[in-house]
Amino acid sequence: MDCVTANVIHQEEVQGGYQVLFLDAPAIAPHVQPGQFVHVRVPHMEESVLRRPFSVYRADGPVLQILYKGVGKGTRTMTYLRPGDSLGLIGPLGRGWPRLTEGRFPILVAGGYGMAALYLLARSMPMQGIAFFGGKSAPDILCVNEFEALGWEVQISTQDGSRGTRGIVTHCIDAWWQAADLKGRQVEAYACGPNAMLQAVAERAMARDWVAWVSVDRNMGCGVGACLTCVLKTRTPDGGWRWQRSCKEGPVFECRDICWEDE
Amino acid sequence: MKNPVMVASGTFGYGPEYAELVDLSQLGALVVKGIAWEPTRGNENPRTAETASGLLNAIGLPNPGAEGFVREYMPFLRQHDVPVIVNIWGRTVEEYVRVAEYFEGIEGVAALEVNVSCPNIKEGSAVFGTDLDLFRRVLDAVRSATALTLIPKLAPNVAAIADFAKAAEASGADALSLINSVPALAVDVETRRPKLANVTGGLTGPAIHPLAVKLVWDAARAVRIPVIGIGGIATPEDALEFLIVGAHAVAVGTASFTEPRTAVRVVEGIDDYLQRHNMASVQALVGTFQCN
Ligand SMILES: Cc1cc2nc3c(=O)[nH]c(=O)nc-3n(C[C@H](O)[C@H](O)[C@H](O)COP(=O)(O)O)c2cc1C
Ligand code: FES
Repeated sequence: MDCVTANVIHQEEVQGGYQVLFLDAPAIAPHVQPGQFVHVRVPHMEESVLRRPFSVYRADGPVLQILYKGVGKGTRTMTYLRPGDSLGLIGPLGRGWPRLTEGRFPILVAGGYGMAALYLLARSMPMQGIAFFGGKSAPDILCVNEFEALGWEVQISTQDGSRGTRGIVTHCIDAWWQAADLKGRQVEAYACGPNAMLQAVAERAMARDWVAWVSVDRNMGCGVGACLTCVLKTRTPDGGWRWQRSCKEGPVFECRDICWEDE
Repeated sequence: MKNPVMVASGTFGYGPEYAELVDLSQLGALVVKGIAWEPTRGNENPRTAETASGLLNAIGLPNPGAEGFVREYMPFLRQHDVPVIVNIWGRTVEEYVRVAEYFEGIEGVAALEVNVSCPNIKEGSAVFGTDLDLFRRVLDAVRSATALTLIPKLAPNVAAIADFAKAAEASGADALSLINSVPALAVDVETRRPKLANVTGGLTGPAIHPLAVKLVWDAARAVRIPVIGIGGIATPEDALEFLIVGAHAVAVGTASFTEPRTAVRVVEGIDDYLQRHNMASVQALVGTFQCN
């Protein structure tokens, strides 16, 4: 973990308001594990006291990429960043995705820019499985070529049917599951996206004996475990619950550990 | 203390959280997150909301309890060259006494900051900070319970802060810290619901700085014990304002979230200032406010 000033190398709009920001961060990028995040101090936002957390999309040598959509105050300001600008970066933060259990079949589930948090995982997997990408509409489906280039089969669904199957991503998963022949292997799922999607994946995982890791998206303050803003309720072995910090113990949790009834 | 710049309770965890980013030995002191006798879970989500130049929080003082804190964090803190100030709170006078007595015997605790002013606890804490009689009662009781250095932490939302400062001094407090967060409310206009689960919260950050400077000025003139200025420090100048109006030390809170090394930068900035103004020490600056 380090706190640095990173220079903007370059920024490009991918499609539909989604941006990829390339940062020169030699003290952070080489240490990133798949699923970890960075905490960004957005420049020109002096009235803003908090940083903004972003999953690391890619880390290649000293270069770190963030994939985001300009929707809130902070992210809209970020879209104006140009080469030569710099920003504050703390990272890598959080506990990322665990390794695939030997003998399990991996599936990735992403909603919207959730695929950004899954790319490094897909790249580091010992075997390729299926990636299910869902979104509202065609412009929300990102990085398909990148995942296919790594050898993953990508199944796409959009709510308006403008790309892939019409419907939500879990319908696609269900259809695949009914026909799948995994030769006795069990599934290990990795999901990142809206909470409703994570919960739908969790329900399936619990009903079908999958292991399922979900990356939760929580409001954050400090990003390092100090402020206790980012907590979520998790189950304890005695049938009770306790808070865990999504910035420190998370953002990735096994779906059985989360108290979904309180989400 | 090596320097007059501490990190404020609740904004720096218990020490380990920021230790990879900030050299703890460069801090004047580390005030840990509020500790009660019993472990406490704190409030529901959402617990914070960003506001203009500020942060609204109602964390609800979650903590592992006094014994849990000592077991989990004191071994780490003792290994670092930084004075540890434990922020304590309770729901009753008895709870304050119990936790104060307990820390008397704990190695490595430099002082107790007595939080009588957290706005996010329904019963207890906040009332102790705004009712002068209760305030006296709790401080007298804590004073009898321990010989440790005691630093009551004052609430900003009182009619006359000088009365509370004097009462604390009279009850034997060794120093004062102020201010705690300012009771406040933020509304989501789409849902017409509060932005925090607790409904109201405490405002912190640059938005409250001038308010805090005024209260510190009032308190520092009312007492002879040292005052620690807290509220909205983000730059060395913000800290200097507190020192000039009479604070002997300061604490950086919310700004550590923005920039973890803020406190260290404030230390450096104060040193620069003292050099530029040919002052040998912070003491030479304290209370030099010119106003006629
Ligand atoms: C997230 C958060 C948690 C806090 N927790 C405590 C606490 O446990 N005990 C306490 O006395 N003050 C607590 N405070 C108040 C700070 O110590 C400080 O008095 C206040 O934030 C004003 O300083 P600032 O404007 O520099 O943040 C907390 C503040 C924040 C933002
Ligand atoms: S964001 Fe502060 S504890 Fe997680």
